[in-house]
This record gives sequence, structure tokens and C-alpha cells, in this order.
Amino acid sequence: MTLRTYIIARVLLTIPMIFILLTTVFIVMRVLPGDPVQLHFEKMASPAAVAAMKAQLGLDKPLWVQYFNYLAGLFRGDLGKSMQDYSPVASQIFSAFPATLELAICSMTIAILVGLFLGVESSKAYNKPKDHVIRVFGIVTYTIPVFFLGMILQLIFGVGLHWLPVGGRFDPTIEPPSGLTIGSFHFSTGLYTIDSLLGGNVYKFVVSLKYLLLPSLTLGLVLCGVFIRLTRTNMFETLRSDFVTAAKARGLKETTVTYGYALRNAFLPVLTMMGLQFALLLGGAVLTETTFSWPGLGRYLIDRINFRDYTAIQGVVVVFGIFVSIVSLAVDLLYAYLDPRIRL
Amino acid sequence: MLSSIFPGIRSLAKRGLAGWLVIFGAVLTGAIVVMTLVSPWISPHNPSTLNVGHPLLPPSSQFPFGTDDVGRDMLSRVISGGGTMLQVAVLSVFVCMLVGVPLGLFSSYTGGLVDRFTSLIMDSVYAFPGLVLAIAITLVLGRGVINMSLSIAVVYIPSYFRVIRSQVFSIKELPYVEAANAAGAKKRTVLSRYVLPNVLPSIVVVATVNFADAILTAAGLTFIGMGVLVNVPDWGWDLTNGRRLLPSGSWWVIAFPGLMIILLALGFTLMGEGLSELLNPKLEEGGK
Amino acid sequence: MSTELPLITVDALTVEYWTRRGKLRAVDNVSFSLGKAETLGVVGESGSGKSTLGLSLIGLVPFPGRVTKGQVVLEGTEVLKMQKNDLRNLRGTKVCYVFQDPMTSLNPVKKIGAHFVELIQTHQPKVTKEEALERAKKLLSDVGIQPERINDYPHQLSGGMRQRIMIALAIALSPRVVIADEPTTALDVIVQAKILDLLNTFRDAYGMALILITHDLSIVMERSNRIIVMYAGQIVEYAPSKEIYSNPQHPYSKGLLKSIPNIELAEQKLEAIPGSPPDLLSLPIGCHFNPRCSYAFERCRKEVPPLFKTGSEHFVRCFLYDKERKA
Repeated sequence: MTLRTYIIARVLLTIPMIFILLTTVFIVMRVLPGDPVQLHFEKMASPAAVAAMKAQLGLDKPLWVQYFNYLAGLFRGDLGKSMQDYSPVASQIFSAFPATLELAICSMTIAILVGLFLGVESSKAYNKPKDHVIRVFGIVTYTIPVFFLGMILQLIFGVGLHWLPVGGRFDPTIEPPSGLTIGSFHFSTGLYTIDSLLGGNVYKFVVSLKYLLLPSLTLGLVLCGVFIRLTRTNMFETLRSDFVTAAKARGLKETTVTYGYALRNAFLPVLTMMGLQFALLLGGAVLTETTFSWPGLGRYLIDRINFRDYTAIQGVVVVFGIFVSIVSLAVDLLYAYLDPRIRL
Repeated sequence: MLSSIFPGIRSLAKRGLAGWLVIFGAVLTGAIVVMTLVSPWISPHNPSTLNVGHPLLPPSSQFPFGTDDVGRDMLSRVISGGGTMLQVAVLSVFVCMLVGVPLGLFSSYTGGLVDRFTSLIMDSVYAFPGLVLAIAITLVLGRGVINMSLSIAVVYIPSYFRVIRSQVFSIKELPYVEAANAAGAKKRTVLSRYVLPNVLPSIVVVATVNFADAILTAAGLTFIGMGVLVNVPDWGWDLTNGRRLLPSGSWWVIAFPGLMIILLALGFTLMGEGLSELLNPKLEEGGK
Repeated sequence: MSTELPLITVDALTVEYWTRRGKLRAVDNVSFSLGKAETLGVVGESGSGKSTLGLSLIGLVPFPGRVTKGQVVLEGTEVLKMQKNDLRNLRGTKVCYVFQDPMTSLNPVKKIGAHFVELIQTHQPKVTKEEALERAKKLLSDVGIQPERINDYPHQLSGGMRQRIMIALAIALSPRVVIADEPTTALDVIVQAKILDLLNTFRDAYGMALILITHDLSIVMERSNRIIVMYAGQIVEYAPSKEIYSNPQHPYSKGLLKSIPNIELAEQKLEAIPGSPPDLLSLPIGCHFNPRCSYAFERCRKEVPPLFKTGSEHFVRCFLYDKERKA
């Protein structure tokens, strides 16, 4: 099928999926045992207080009306109000989002780089000791609970060696990077690394990296196992394929053959896997952010759970779900675009 | 039963590296299970007794794994701490298989709209971050061993579904299945007698991975505070506790329970790796 | 026979595969030599070791195979003893390989022109991209393809065209030896002839040595100077092609000849050789061919025959030609 048909079909498929997700979250939050407001107060509040909160949050209306408001609100970007102080959940999520994005990008990059490199080395040394060591490494990193790895790294590099900070996102005694400001024009991404560079402040850049290093290394290592295995298998098959042997027969350099030919063709599955790993990434981010006190969506979620702020929790879950759907859509489309065999 | 285990081991060992992985994984897992079962008899101290020793003692000959912040013996806690986790893992895998396997068989064999719809739902659940989903369900259901198991089970049902579905699709068209249908066999019979036995090996492989994931997810849930609220020794709980103590550098409160979690999950993972290799041997040598 | 020094000499070459199930000899003690503008046909069924032989000449035996004995000498240099980098430089320049399946030998995500640029720039780094593309266009027209095609992707061309491109890539840097492994198997009959003619044209124009590896005796019969017939890794007959045609000596060669249809005969009974090639991991005792041989006698089932010389350039691996045997 042509690219255009594929794109249309794939986008259309995403819509019902998101819809099912939204509906499910709605149902789960309301229909199952426990009224969210009463659960919030842990059944210890006066009926008046319960009624007041319900009114404020629009939870006293009939279910159908609530559902409609919920969906309509989502279109407007309104995710409801927090049970803590009735402030808009959407803006809280919005401000926590960049931190998670920064962590996610950095971790995924580390995971892919380490995974590809080790996968290539592993496939070249097939069945020799080096290969076995790398494979074991891949399995073990996958099996380590991410928060445990995080704590071990904190112990070694933070408490033990004092090289890196143990938690947080930035030095609390300095003003965080604010991005580019020219006159009245202001632009910032929310990602401290980029913002500090935009603002031309190398010192702040280094500081932000120091804080970013351990959390993203932790999450990246845990995720890389899958990439190692995938790359190893793909490379092994590709390295033995005819066109690689033909390339070698033309006398092309080893690095050209490995990285230019074999890896390029083995890369496409890695791309798809990246999309599939995204869900794991988000789950891992929740744990990593908690471990390192990283102020992102994951820690926000845990915070809200501890506070029993059910409307906020609902908002976060919805955002996560939409995020995952969009990313998997993007990866599928990118895959279709990159493989010229699908195009024509 | 023991007499049938040894020939089993010998035949596994003959199958090369993959066989050894299965054996090693099984031994590792089995050892931990046994250790947990006999823990009341082999722990040097009562794991829950406070101040058996001074708080926060590093590992020594008296307390090989040190003590935690309220003076409990870490070695005893490590020996006894697997109970909850194992219960949750076993229960969730059990529920998962109970629901996922029939669902997968029925849906993919029936085909048509039913299959399309079920697959869509399963894909949606599968794509969603597992931990977040488990958190959400635990929130709703409340804490406790059963609830935690259920929430983990829901996350992994799609895995069984997908694997079974792909297997069923390749088996469905085979002549002997068609023959059975032509002879008027009931769908139920065809599924249980013909399809299921062929799908069984994959199910076993998925189950081992499922176990490992269940353990890790249970540990994760405990870490963020959604764990089981009973006062039994638990590795996950020790890790949460240890986190508070991190700045003091008392690594032993974290390291040993964490290591046990890793070993348990590793045992299942290795078994899964070995089994998957045995059942679907990868083509390795060329040789024209 | 050419009186010049041979271009390439292979001496007692042995290649073994070390697999999980055992060690097998894909190429067993093969020797031959080839001079300028000469073609050597290597004929055998699949599993005879002919492809492995071809790959071993440029040191590309696939895992888990390795060369365990023998040497390959190209213009005085021992190829298999070369440093990795020197060997790599040899490939694509002095010795070129044309693969069997043009569909899988080209990189699907690279344009045709890019293949040439990469090849030329690897071995001649000073050449610019534009120069390389110019040369590519000329090479394409030499093999009979429109030069504009350098902007196409491999999957946009037909099988015959892809094979021509493989040949163009092979002769791009004026090699001394070209090894063509089943160059026409994936193509239809008419295109086959054109490709083979193309190879011969270049052979004469550049004075290359051409090694044609194939399972089809008819292809090499008219187009090669000498033929090696391979069976289960061994040379069973080595002779000028005319002699293979007029006087095939090894029972296997005779069988191959009988199974070629002859268009001039009104009625012809095609005879296939009974049985199938042996499993290299469990070879029969004695001559590898004896289970399928209608001439086999006691000795054949006990000893492996060496190569006997039956003419000035004719060698056969068969006890029937042992002059010392008792009748």
C-alpha cells in the first residue's frame, strides 16, 4: 500500500485507541468501589465537606454529564482541578512535563547508544567470551530494579565519592537556566540543558548535566538491554547477508560495512523498538524520578498519590496515555517513511 | 518425583548452553523459594525483633548483613523477606494465565470482529506503561496481596494474548485442524485438544518472563509506597526504608535485599531465556 | 595453454566448517592455476564446495568456516597470508566477485550511483564524487544500461539489470581476476547468454582471468578454457573444456554430460544421476562418489582415490584410471 494510505489508516486507528483509553480511565475513577472524594478524605470528613468538594470539582453531577464535561474539557486542555487547592491540574502537569521530557530524551539516548554499540560488538564476537559477557550484562541490567540501580549509583558516586549530586534537578543556591531573552522576547524549552546553552551560560549547562547524569544513566542502562539483544540479532543476520558479503567483496572498509551497511539496515527495527520501549521508559521514569527527587511528571504522580488527589491522578494517567499513543504513532510513521521499499 | 527430576536434568544438560541456563535458573529460583519456606527455622534471629543489635551496624561476623536503623538483623530479614513477593508473583501469573490464555485462544480462533475488537483493547493496554497501570488499579482496589496481584495480572494479560494469537494464527490453517473441523468437532474440543498443546511451549516461556516482571513490578509498587501493609519482612519494604538512610552511607540495608530481588528475577529470566532457546532454536551456522 | 606465468595459482586449498554437529570439509585439497584472458569453469551440484571455494579465494569464507591448508597466490603474493587491511584493498581492485543473487547483493537503501562512488572512493580516495559518478555512467553504458539509472534504487531495476550492475561494479577498477558465482542462475535464459557474453567481452578487453562457478555444465562448456568438476569438496576431474566434452572420464562428469539436453538430437533420453550428494558430515568410506557410481568396484569402497594424470592436462580422481591397477 502507498505511504499515504498507510498514514491515513494509522492515524485513524489512533483515534479509537485514545478514546478507549479516556473512557476506561473515566470509568475506573468513578464506577469502581470508592467515591473519589470520600477516598480522598479517607472517609473521615463531614458530609458537608464532602459535598462542598464534590460541587467544586463538578463531581456531583450525573455520570453522563460528568463524562461529557470530561471529554469536552480535554479538548480545551482542561484536566480538572486538584483536590488539594482546586488549582488547574493541566498547568501543574504542564510545568512538571519538561523535567520528565529532559530525563526521557537523555535516558533513551544513552540506552540506544550503549545498546547499539554493545550489540554491534557482541555480534562481531559471536559466541566468543566477549559476546557472552555482553549478553549477560544486558540480561542483568534488565533484571535490576531501576530504583535499586539508582540507589547504588547514588551511594557510589554521591555519598561515597562525592562526585555527583544525589538528588534534585539543579543547584538550589543558583537561579535555574531561563533560556533566551532578547529585550522583551523570551524563549525557553523547560529543558535546563538546552536553556542554559540558549542563555549562553556554560556553567549552568555543566551544573544541569551533573544533576542529569545519574538519573538518565540509571534509566538508560536498564533500558539498553533490549537494544543490545535486538541489535545483536539483527546485526548477526545482516552481517551474514549477501549484500554485506558483497560489500566486503568490493573491499569496503570494516567500519563502512559495519556501520554504514549492516547497522543502517538493522536500525529500522531498533526504531520500532524505541517506540515500544517508550511505555517502559515512562514507567521507569516514575521510579527514577522518585529515587532522585527529580521534579517531573513521575514524581508529581507519586506526590498526588500520597496526597490522595484523585482528580490530579486521573489527569496524569490521561496525559501518559495520550503521550504513549502519539509516540507510537510517530514511530510507525517514521518507520514507514524511512524504508523506501514501503514507499513505492 | 525426585527420581524423575534427575533424568530430566541430564536431558537438559545435553542440550548445551540453553539447557544449562534452564537448570541454573531453576536451581536459583528453587533455592530462594526453599529458603523462604524454611526461613522460620534457619534465620539466626527473628527478623522483626527490634534492637537485636545496635542500629546501623555494618556487616560483621556477628551480623553478616549488618543491622537496619532500628537494630533488626538484616540477614534474617533477607532470608525471610521473599514471602510476599513470591505470593504476589505466583498469584498474578496464575490469574494472568487463567484469563489471558482462554481469551487469546477464543478470540484468535474465532476471528472476525470479535477478534479485532479484543485485539484493539489488548493492544491499548499493552502499549500503556505497565507500572502506571498497576498503580492506577492498586489505587482503586486498595492494598493487599490479592489486589496487588490482580493489578499486576491485568498489566500482563495482553502479553499472553498476543503470543497465543500469533501462534494460533499459524496453527489455524494447518490441515489437521481443518480436518478436525470438517469432522464436526466442537470449537471447544478443537481448541483444547489440537491448538492448546501446540501453544503450550510458548505459554511456558511467557510465564517465566511474566514471573520475573511481576517480581520487579511488585518491588516497584512497594517502593513508591503502594506495597502490602502488613508487618512482615519484605525486600521491597527494606529498599524503601533504606532510601531514607542513604545519606548515612549504610549501603547494607539496601544492597542485600536488592540483590535478592535481582537473583529471584534473574532465576526466572534465565529459565525463560533457556526455554525460549530450546523451543525455538535460532539458526546459527550457515555452511554452504 | 598460455606460456605466460599464471595469474593466479591455488595450491592444496582446504576449507573446513567447524559446526556444532562436527567438522566438515567443504573444500578438500583443491589446486589449479589460471592465466591472463583465460576462463576456468568450476562445476558442481550444490554442496560440492564450489561457492566456498570462490569465497575462500578472497578470504571471505563465512563463519564458522576457515581455511585450514593450502595457499592462493595472486601475481606472486600469497593472498591468505596478507594483513587484513591489504587483503581488503585487494578486494574490489585486483580480485572482484560477482554474486549469484543480484537482488540481495546490492544495498537496498543506496542509489546505484552511490554504490559506485563508495567503491571508487574507498580504493581511490582522491577521486571526487563527480568524477566517480562520471565513471559510473560510463560503466553502466559499457554493460548496456542507460546512464541515467545511476539515480535509481536497486529495487527499481530488473534482475538482469541488477546483475549487469554487479558486473559493472566488478570491473570498475580493472581487476586481474573476476570470480563469478552462479552469475546467471537467477536470470532467464535469454538474459543469461547476454550476461555471459558480457563477462567474456571484458575478459578479453582487460586480459582478466575469469572463474565461472556454476552447477550448469552447459554454460561453461563453450566459454571456458579449462573446467574443474567438483564433488563433495574434491576435484574429481580437471581438464580443458574440449576434453571434458569429447572425453569425460570421471563417472560423475559423464553423468553431468548425459543430463544436458542437446537440441540437435531428435530423440534423447535424459539421464539423471541416481541418488543425491552426500552429507559432508558423514561421508561414505572410500571414494565420495561410490554410492552413486555405476562403475564402482571393491577398491572404490575402501580407499579415497587421488588425482591420476590421464593426459597432458587431464586429471581424474578415479581408480578406473589407475594405470597400476590389476584388471
